[in-house]
Amino acid sequence: MAEPWEAGGFGLYIHWPFCQAKCPYCDFNSHVASEIDQARWKAAYLSEIERVSAELPGRRLTSIYFGGGTPSLMAPNTVAAMLDAIRGKWALANDLEVTLEANPTSVEAERFRAFRDAGVNRVSMGLQALNDTDLKRLGRLHSAAEGRNAYEIARDVFPRVSFDLIYARQYQDLEDWRAELAEALTLAADHLSLYQLTIEEGTAFGDRYAIGRLGGLVEDDTAAAMYDLTQEMCEAAGLPAYEVSNHAGDMAQSRHNLIYWRGGDYAGIGPGAHGRITLNGQRQATETDLSPLGWLRRVETQGSGETLRETVSGREQAEEYAMMALRLSEGMDRARFVAMNGADFDPDVLNRLESLGMIEVTEQKITTTLDGRRVLNAVLRDLLAEAR
Amino acid sequence: MTDLNRIRNFSIVAHIDHGKSTLADRLIQLTGTVAERDMQEQMLDSMDIERERGITIKANTVRIEYPAKDGHTYVLNLIDTPGHVDFAYEVSRSMQAVEGSLLVVDASQGVEAQTLANVYQAIDANHEIVPVLNKIDLPAAEPDRVKEQIEDVIGIDASDAVPISAKTGLGIPEVLEAIVTRLPAPKGERDAPLKAMLVDSYYDPYLGVVVLIRVIDGVVKKGDRIRMMKTGGTYQIDRLGVFKPAMQDIAELGPGEIGFFTAQIKQVRDTRVGDTVTHEKKQCATALPGFKPSIPVVFCGLFPVDANDFEDLRDAMEKLALNDASFTFEMETSAALGFGFRCGFLGLLHLEVIRDRLEREYDIDLITTAPSVIYHVHMRDGSMVELHNPADMPDLTHVDHIEEPRIKATILVPDEYLGDVLKLCQDRRGEQLDLTYAGSRAMVVYDLPLNEVVFDFYDRLKSVTKGYASFDYQMIGYREDYLVKMQILVNDEPVDALSIMVHRDRAEMRGRAMCEKLKDLIPRHMFKIPIQAAIGGRVIARETIAALRKDVTAKCYGGDATRKRKLLDKQKAGKKKMRQFGKVEIPQSAFINALKMDG
Ligand SMILES: Nc1nc2c(ncn2[C@@H]2O[C@H](COP(=O)(O)OP(=O)(O)O)[C@@H](O)[C@H]2O)c(=O)[nH]1
Ligand SMILES: C[S@@+](CC[C@H](N)C(=O)[O-])C[C@H]1O[C@@H](n2cnc3c(N)ncnc32)[C@H](O)[C@@H]1O
Ligand code: SF4
Ligand SMILES: [Mg+2]
Repeated sequence: MAEPWEAGGFGLYIHWPFCQAKCPYCDFNSHVASEIDQARWKAAYLSEIERVSAELPGRRLTSIYFGGGTPSLMAPNTVAAMLDAIRGKWALANDLEVTLEANPTSVEAERFRAFRDAGVNRVSMGLQALNDTDLKRLGRLHSAAEGRNAYEIARDVFPRVSFDLIYARQYQDLEDWRAELAEALTLAADHLSLYQLTIEEGTAFGDRYAIGRLGGLVEDDTAAAMYDLTQEMCEAAGLPAYEVSNHAGDMAQSRHNLIYWRGGDYAGIGPGAHGRITLNGQRQATETDLSPLGWLRRVETQGSGETLRETVSGREQAEEYAMMALRLSEGMDRARFVAMNGADFDPDVLNRLESLGMIEVTEQKITTTLDGRRVLNAVLRDLLAEAR
Repeated sequence: MTDLNRIRNFSIVAHIDHGKSTLADRLIQLTGTVAERDMQEQMLDSMDIERERGITIKANTVRIEYPAKDGHTYVLNLIDTPGHVDFAYEVSRSMQAVEGSLLVVDASQGVEAQTLANVYQAIDANHEIVPVLNKIDLPAAEPDRVKEQIEDVIGIDASDAVPISAKTGLGIPEVLEAIVTRLPAPKGERDAPLKAMLVDSYYDPYLGVVVLIRVIDGVVKKGDRIRMMKTGGTYQIDRLGVFKPAMQDIAELGPGEIGFFTAQIKQVRDTRVGDTVTHEKKQCATALPGFKPSIPVVFCGLFPVDANDFEDLRDAMEKLALNDASFTFEMETSAALGFGFRCGFLGLLHLEVIRDRLEREYDIDLITTAPSVIYHVHMRDGSMVELHNPADMPDLTHVDHIEEPRIKATILVPDEYLGDVLKLCQDRRGEQLDLTYAGSRAMVVYDLPLNEVVFDFYDRLKSVTKGYASFDYQMIGYREDYLVKMQILVNDEPVDALSIMVHRDRAEMRGRAMCEKLKDLIPRHMFKIPIQAAIGGRVIARETIAALRKDVTAKCYGGDATRKRKLLDKQKAGKKKMRQFGKVEIPQSAFINALKMDG
């Protein structure tokens, strides 16, 4: 019988931790460094690919994802060398997806062809906003025009292109967003990521928020209206939501991210990369050194960047699976949840959430409705609450 | 044993902060009762919490030896009593044990409500009273004006009032002389059978119950077998002594003397204040009249935040009750709050002190429910039910009428705030009994329902008068009124812990205020939540908590799984701090905060 993770596929996540500047809202593991020794980094990544592949032989790779930070700032030959190495280690799916996150400045645009030649077939571009005022407020280095220009180049170069926008931004109202989203939909190919601004602790925005110095934040009720409008407009434009913040046309979903949401296996390489891998029937969570230099030295001196490996209990796996799969419009597989958890959901809770219109329940599946997805954290708190 | 003529027994009466404790300290210090190095501020306020709040809760005594100008050494026994209104009854009892009082008035403040309440008790006890004008070191002191005020308002002669500064020590020798020359010596028969009054008792973890007595007739010695005439208990005296203020053993106590004994008594409840202590064999002919035990007048529910603390809470309450016969508790279950206790107190301060001690000394987080008074519910069949908890209100079809306790409140307030005070009392269903002036201060006397006072009357009074009003009250009895039980329904289900008794005319206003408060206190849920105040089946106020519209993590990818799972765990733990009520989760703090009235 197939291992449960196989339902989700197997992917490789590679983290590049550097950016040109730190955006004030961003809590990703991204850093600004004056000098990066690309050769040293390349060697470290290749060493990690060697280590990870030795542990996970015989698998078929569905996806590779270069995330960041700003991986479009990597030297194209580093990307090429990594992809070459990977091809030598694992069997590849025919439709292998190779995504690279890109920032939309001219620096990156120049390298697009080289990335494509190296094997990248999909780009996810962080446009974030389509007007200069808001881009400034978000601390972005590019203008709206530059962003569009880079995006057009990417569309010419890569078979698949998506872009990200952050909405429910400071001082934005429903009508602003309606106009901006309409414009975005004219630009979009077949995939869009639309994130509502989140104020994260430990970021510049988080600090300003804590002292009451972050004005113009959108109230929850307005944010909810913006969310609903987003679903409506994207659906009408043929890009329905397949996940809380992701929209795509037929067959255009991000295969890589689906691995996460469907509870598949993924190995994580690079500073602060997380992994979930099933070994001998046990699911392991892995983490690597968060600090770029710490990771580099660790790989060089100890032959591994890994700092944590622990078994994820059945209950924890079940919680993670529910947290992830209920984000998807396709919903979650009940039998898989029961296999991990050892027990089904509390039928009273299911009934209550169903009668509130938050979820739909069948023998096989639990699916969140649009209303349920908009308050998913509350739905999860109820679904996963320990029995009192 | 001391010659009766060389004994003076007295208490000090004062409004809070007028300097009672400071004066006591000076008297102790000047007579060398305590060595300078052992002197600590406010010797007599022994419990930490009392010292911190500057209030005295239990009676304390101290024996002072004073060589007077006439060449004789006198024994002065001071009984320090609680100054707060909650303990007024305790004060009145201790006053029976002494013959005179020092009336301390802050010369920069003048007569206040508690000055009046306490001095009237001294007058009732037939005390000789020596007025003392304190704080004359302050530039704002107006001793002459205050003298006049004492004469006008209290009606006692203040021409020989002693001006002092308890702070600097000025005038203290004069106070000591006045005690000796102006207060009467006690009377008593040395050869009569033992007759002593039980003044107070407290529990000491090492000694067991320590009993304070005032000997009236006869002599008591260590080793004597004694009998308590009311409770019937017989004991053998282990230890006999006086407070200086540290315990000091003494061979015997004779007429007029005040001291303590221990006798293997297990709990304070085994003793009764006002009881007559006599010898087991050779009894005195008539017992003292005794006192009614003080009974709790304010009740509330105390529930542990963490259900696992229930047993610890019970233990802690038992320990506190050992030393405080007027604190009562019995188990209570609430659909909203689970297992806890219904507790009775002498007043709000008493409630606060006990709750603070449970939280601080015993480290138990508590949920406090709305304070309530005791209603007399008269049933159709002629019986009467004492209602301590609105949740226990009997079925209305069997109820004939309801009575509530009323108080006589005395408030002294500077002229400029009088209007606000009258409005407050009127709003709280008060009936004016008297309004007089003493200089630029008004003295208002109101008949008020206690239930309007227990919650936040004192806070409101302080805030409308910027702290310049003083307040005192006494219970005056029960009166029928149009009282109803108001329930709060959250999502159409009644929440027992939020039920209150309220006058019908005030119900709409209270109901609206509570619904508005709860609207802010209960977080949004996935559905909208109606909050209603209702009397019987009739809704009188209503608010709605809108449904939660947005609560979702925008980005959640492979690297977020662990963090989001831990966040979920934390939220689930937070959920445990809420009380599940039907489908609705109510935060603990909501139970008491819902009652706070802003206006
Ligand atoms: N200036 C001045 N302050 C005093 C005097 N006597 C007491 N106080 C202060 O008044 C406050 C209340 O005194 P306390 O003895 O605790 O009053 P009690 O509440 O009546 O026991 C304290 O801060 C004392 O230091 C005095 O004669 N002069
Ligand atoms: C790894 S990040 C960005 C990749 C790339 N460095 C860039 O900035 O374009 C992925 C996406 O998450 C979104 N994002 C990051 N922080 C966010 C926040 N605090 N709130 C909402 N969206 C956020 C942005 O849209 C961003 O493009
Ligand atoms: S948003 Fe992108 S560019 Fe900005 S700091 Fe984060 S990873 Fe770097
Ligand atoms: Mg004091």
